[in-house]
Amino acid sequence: MIGDPAAHAAKYYEHGADELIYMDIVASLYARDHLIEIIHKTARDVFIPITAGGGIRSIDDVRALLRAGADKIAVNTAAIKRPALISEIANRFGSQCMVLSIEAKRSGKNKWEALTDNGREHSHLDAVEWAKKASGLGAGEILLTSVDQEGTRRGFDVELIAAVSAAVSIPVIASGGMGATDHLIQAVREGKADAVAMADVLHYNRMTMEQIRAAAVAAGLTGRKL
Amino acid sequence: MKKCVTVLDYGVGNLFSVSQAFTFCGAEVKLADDAAEIIRADYLVLPGVGAFGDAMTELNRRGFTEPIKRFAASGKPFLGICLGMQMMMESSDEFGRHAGLGLIQGHVQAIPPEDASGLRHKIPHIGWNPLWPGRESPEWKNTVLETVTPGDAVYFVHSFTANCTDSRHSLAETEYAGRRLTAVVKSGPLYGCQFHPEKSGPVGLKIILQFLQL
Repeated sequence: MIGDPAAHAAKYYEHGADELIYMDIVASLYARDHLIEIIHKTARDVFIPITAGGGIRSIDDVRALLRAGADKIAVNTAAIKRPALISEIANRFGSQCMVLSIEAKRSGKNKWEALTDNGREHSHLDAVEWAKKASGLGAGEILLTSVDQEGTRRGFDVELIAAVSAAVSIPVIASGGMGATDHLIQAVREGKADAVAMADVLHYNRMTMEQIRAAAVAAGLTGRKL
Repeated sequence: MKKCVTVLDYGVGNLFSVSQAFTFCGAEVKLADDAAEIIRADYLVLPGVGAFGDAMTELNRRGFTEPIKRFAASGKPFLGICLGMQMMMESSDEFGRHAGLGLIQGHVQAIPPEDASGLRHKIPHIGWNPLWPGRESPEWKNTVLETVTPGDAVYFVHSFTANCTDSRHSLAETEYAGRRLTAVVKSGPLYGCQFHPEKSGPVGLKIILQFLQL
């Protein structure tokens, strides 16, 4: 815990974040109510898209988060256990709000396994095949986290991003490993990521949003200048 | 005095963000799920996500379609957002041919999955993209875009795009995969935004503020 999430959200919004992603990695029943509360508080004065994820298992969970002000929800474990959930969410609320979260761990050369329960459990699913299948079921976006790179600050798993991005026709958000602006540029140029997510590089003030955006604009990666 | 904005609630989509953004801009927001409230509105907002046909069926089932058309003819300000903007057009090809509200002449079609040179690109078009003046709308003065600078980016999420029969109705456009896509339609005080002003940060709020000045 690094402080009040809603206060961080407001700060990132003011400094020009394009989107916010809340991932509740504890995802207990208590925590889910807490997540709803955080989203509700955030959505009052933050006017950019908000994605909420962690422990979502049912249409009711999705509805509660959307009502609280989330625009999209991210699902991993429950979708792997029951892929039809992807179609149910997409049909009920639209594909635009159904983000498939994939926690991918490298299992060989150009091979990755999709893990569940925040990277703790095996699914034995090939991450690229799973991305393709989920996209066919109605996922609108993929939040692709490299379990190997996450927290290392050594850059994204560019091969993973490239493999998934080439396999699906929906946008891919790269996550896990951001430590320098070059990493972001690499993820987009070489990995063909459509967006890049970052967490602790900002939470611990290792870089400012302004620095990151300036690098992205200079590299011609974004049309949003501030 | 606070401007009173009526947001149509027809059971699809999340109205929280839209309501919140208008409230933030100083308006009093009323959610309307009754046809009688439509014609009484000062400012009418039609939000929408999901599929065109389903949303039109829902508007028809609730008896909203005729009151919306009457409101539109009254000369009061109207704003359609995302699917709400697409429904302002005459028809759409999304999952079969469906009639729209016909407030603006034109048709809604899928964004082609390939660019002009045949390269595949991502659908839906999701993300921040700049607004540019429409070919026959060089001036944004006295419109909801009055305080927006060409090149300011806003947040889009869509797979279908509106084509205006009369290009003067296309107030702003954006570029995606080498194509110009309609971003804002306008006919008198009737406006439609393909993007989400309520999710487009300070630029989106400027548009909402300007709408409330109409």
